[in-house]
Amino acid sequence: MREESLSRNIDWVTVGLYALFVSAGWLNIFAVVYNPDPEVHQNIFDLSLNSGKQLLWITVAFFSIISIFAIDYKIFSTLSYIFYFIFLLVLIATIVIGTEVNGSRSWIGIGDFRIQPAEFAKFATALALSNFLSNKQLKWNRGTIAIVGGMILCPMMLIILQKETGGALAFLAFVLVLYREGLSGWFLIVGVWFVGLFILTILLGVTTMIYVLLGITFLSIVILVLLNSSFKFRTALRGIMIRFGICLISIGFVFSVNFIIYHVLKPHQRNRVLVLFDSTLDLKGKGYQINQSKIAIGSGGFFGKGFLDGTQTKFDFVPEQSTDFIFCTIGEEHGWFGSVLLIGLYAYFLVRIVNIAERQKDKFARMYGYCVAAIIFFNFMVNIGMTIGLFPIIGIPLPFFSYGGSSMISFTIILFVFLKLDAHRKQILAH
Amino acid sequence: MKDERKLVIQIIFILMAFLFAVRLFFLQVLDDSYRIEAEKNATRRIIDYPYRGTISDRDGRLLVINQQVFDLMVVMRDMKVADTTSFCRGFNISIEEFKNIIYKIKHEPGYNRNRPYPFLKQLSLADYSRTTTLIEEASGFYIVDRTIRSYPHSSAANALGYIGEISKNQLENQNEEGYYEQGDLVGISGIEASYEKYLRGKKGVKHIMIDVHGAVKGSYMDGNMDVASEPGENLICTIDLPLQQYGEMLMRNKVGSVVAVEPKTGEVLAFISAPSYDPNYLTGRYFSKNYDTLQKNPLKPLFNRPLMATYPPGSIFKVAQALVAQQFGLLRPTSTYPCNAEAVGVKCHPHPSPQDLKGSIQWSCNPYYVTVFRNMIYRDKHPNKYKDSEMNFDEWRKHISSFGFGQKLPIDLPNVKSGFLPSNAYYDRIYGDLAWKHSTIRSLDIGQGELLIVPLQMANLAAIVANKGYYYIPHLIKQIGEGKQARVLKKFSDKKFVMVDSGYFPVIVDGMQMVVEHGTAFWAQIKGISICGKTGTAQNPHGDDHSVFIAFAPKEDPKIAIAVYVENGGFGAETAAPIASLMIEQYLKDTTTTPMSRWMLKQMQEKDLISRMKQIYKK
Repeated sequence: MREESLSRNIDWVTVGLYALFVSAGWLNIFAVVYNPDPEVHQNIFDLSLNSGKQLLWITVAFFSIISIFAIDYKIFSTLSYIFYFIFLLVLIATIVIGTEVNGSRSWIGIGDFRIQPAEFAKFATALALSNFLSNKQLKWNRGTIAIVGGMILCPMMLIILQKETGGALAFLAFVLVLYREGLSGWFLIVGVWFVGLFILTILLGVTTMIYVLLGITFLSIVILVLLNSSFKFRTALRGIMIRFGICLISIGFVFSVNFIIYHVLKPHQRNRVLVLFDSTLDLKGKGYQINQSKIAIGSGGFFGKGFLDGTQTKFDFVPEQSTDFIFCTIGEEHGWFGSVLLIGLYAYFLVRIVNIAERQKDKFARMYGYCVAAIIFFNFMVNIGMTIGLFPIIGIPLPFFSYGGSSMISFTIILFVFLKLDAHRKQILAH
Repeated sequence: MKDERKLVIQIIFILMAFLFAVRLFFLQVLDDSYRIEAEKNATRRIIDYPYRGTISDRDGRLLVINQQVFDLMVVMRDMKVADTTSFCRGFNISIEEFKNIIYKIKHEPGYNRNRPYPFLKQLSLADYSRTTTLIEEASGFYIVDRTIRSYPHSSAANALGYIGEISKNQLENQNEEGYYEQGDLVGISGIEASYEKYLRGKKGVKHIMIDVHGAVKGSYMDGNMDVASEPGENLICTIDLPLQQYGEMLMRNKVGSVVAVEPKTGEVLAFISAPSYDPNYLTGRYFSKNYDTLQKNPLKPLFNRPLMATYPPGSIFKVAQALVAQQFGLLRPTSTYPCNAEAVGVKCHPHPSPQDLKGSIQWSCNPYYVTVFRNMIYRDKHPNKYKDSEMNFDEWRKHISSFGFGQKLPIDLPNVKSGFLPSNAYYDRIYGDLAWKHSTIRSLDIGQGELLIVPLQMANLAAIVANKGYYYIPHLIKQIGEGKQARVLKKFSDKKFVMVDSGYFPVIVDGMQMVVEHGTAFWAQIKGISICGKTGTAQNPHGDDHSVFIAFAPKEDPKIAIAVYVENGGFGAETAAPIASLMIEQYLKDTTTTPMSRWMLKQMQEKDLISRMKQIYKK
């Protein structure tokens, strides 16, 4: 009877979307390796092809889902800290014994297979963070922020040491969770402000930035004075002082960014930063990649070239096309229509996870739900954003679509642990 | 407050999705450039070169065909030769050459190891069959077959012309925008050039897909965008191959031209420029090397003499003079003038005197034509002799140019020259306005002086007399295409009348018959054929006189009109006349029929003016 109620309480819509994403991803991976030569008979199940391997990963993911549903749901909150510390150790171990792939030391080889612990570290961090924040006595004081910050920054720093910056940045997604749980909205705004300043400084240069900042300050003071109907000198003065203060801090930040990039960093380090924003600096590497990616997607037109009829991804024009650039295949073969359908479903999927999170009575489950939404959203945003030239190229996968066992399995676990918790929400209430 | 934050987060998700949708709309729907870039990336246009039309002679003997040759291609990525020594031996190259070819391929601009490069070009069928196993045993090599032009009879080089890679200049000035691309072969001279657009056919194009390495991945869009090539049209030429070859044999070791036309149609039966070259020299692998050699040859075998060599016509011009003078009413068949060479100040050769019009042609009397021309220039239309000269010269010139002199005969070959027929303006410039009269310009009397014509115009003169007053523009192509598409160019079926009435011709024709039967060219007569001809001897200040002869035959129903010009050939009767007679006999009878003509043939075959010239120049 307990089993019955469990299956009735599973959110099958989310499961359905998951299945849809995974199979669509799998078909698109086949489209990448597909050879149109009629002499070549390819089988989507062929284990020598990426599509066959991906099916293997999907099977493994399926067994992880079954295992997740087989074990006691309480274990995830109970063991969260232990998981977290184990993964910190694994991350440290990876730095030492990891295999170097494409310049990053983030893989551990087990036999013929390699896994990327960083993908799983997100899961462990999400659990630990949810556990910590679900404490009923939690207050948002400096101590809490320091601990939470530390919990997020520790794995991040370790992953950066593995030279896998993209994966590390994904941890920034947790800010959304913290915001939901009461972290002041100013953190978001200030964060966006400084990130914006950083990017604009690189794009526009110091001089322009100073003019822009002074302009913004001046305008906001004018608006402040005009809107101040009952003119109070003190309030106005305070407002003006604050604005000048922000302006000075911002200019200081701009100068230090500039100084660090152009005077502290060595040329090759500097290029690695700059190329994130200006792909033309690296025409043979990332510049080539982003250009080819845009060509592939842009050539799709409204309805796309049709399944297996794309030329750009299939003929290897876009590097990393079945992993980080899987969206190119979708854009090319299924056009604007297919891309927007996918994006719409993805957005709906994320909104739905948030809704499910909100219906949790247990704080841990809700927190964890937000972590799931945030992690998947961050990957979705940066991955698609980079393929269409809106974000710098940070090598992170599109969850459920990209080829690769580590991301396939880790995202499946992340999602289904949440669905498991959700399936037990009524028991938790009874508890 | 919590609900509000949940909403903020969800709105962030939706806004991001919306931002992506808008960005994608710009990329995929509004901006076309990515589609074009993608096609450039993944497809390659391969030109499907059409089969170039063949050219056959008037009886269907093939003069120009396409010969299959084989290019050995190599893809460096796959190249593997187990036994280099035997491989090189099979292809007749040294190991150094082998290494050199590989080195050159690797240093091509934009070298790509996945792309095919020609390893050896234009192997013959024999080479190919000999090396098939070598190619199969090695890897990375394959054969691509192409065609090159081939000339089975090695004949009529200057008429047929040759093809070669298109020049930069032609490429930039082509009429049809973008048809030709660098490296395309086009007709450069002769029929190959003037009938280029019929012969070439239409290039087709195949689109194939390639991957990022340049490796072929099948046809693009199932070949729906491919256009098949259309073969060029075969041409039937007016040349009579046996006559052409006979003429080329006769002109061996001589410098000059022979042009034979069919008067009733203007079809060119023989077109000989001597010395010539084997047209096969200018095909395939050794084109540039051979072209260089030919161009450096001091006897200029590439120079198309029938169209481009301008000569003083000499006495053959008397035919035109006599006709125009009759038209003016200044000369009658009975007009008789003495051969008073000393009195009029020209030379003549011994002959019975005085002569009537027919006799003047028969004996080519110089003083007679001094008188005839003077009568045409001084007609007392104006009291001032100079003014009179100017007016009459102008009228004379108009009539003479109706014979095609001084203008380009629009034959279907490139680079035809107009020759030179002096005008009023020209003499005014030389001597001053109203400062010249007949005695100033009298070398025109007998076709000397400033007057220059090309051999084609001489043959046309013979055709005009044969037709008694009209001609068709001489042409070399009888038919374009085959079967239902067969057609002729219209401009060649228009009769062009000269400004002399047909009634004035018979006396001239009779005179020309006498030339061969009893006159200046009597030793070139052939029993059984009524040949009408006119000798000419063009004075040459640089050496021996040029020998000129025009003729047509048979008199009653002319089937061939011919002009022979042999540089340094002496009197007209000495070299040009026998060659013309032999050609006429060959054309009408297919062989030498009389002991006299066989003797003549032997004489002409043995005549070696080139070696003699060289000796003279050595001294």
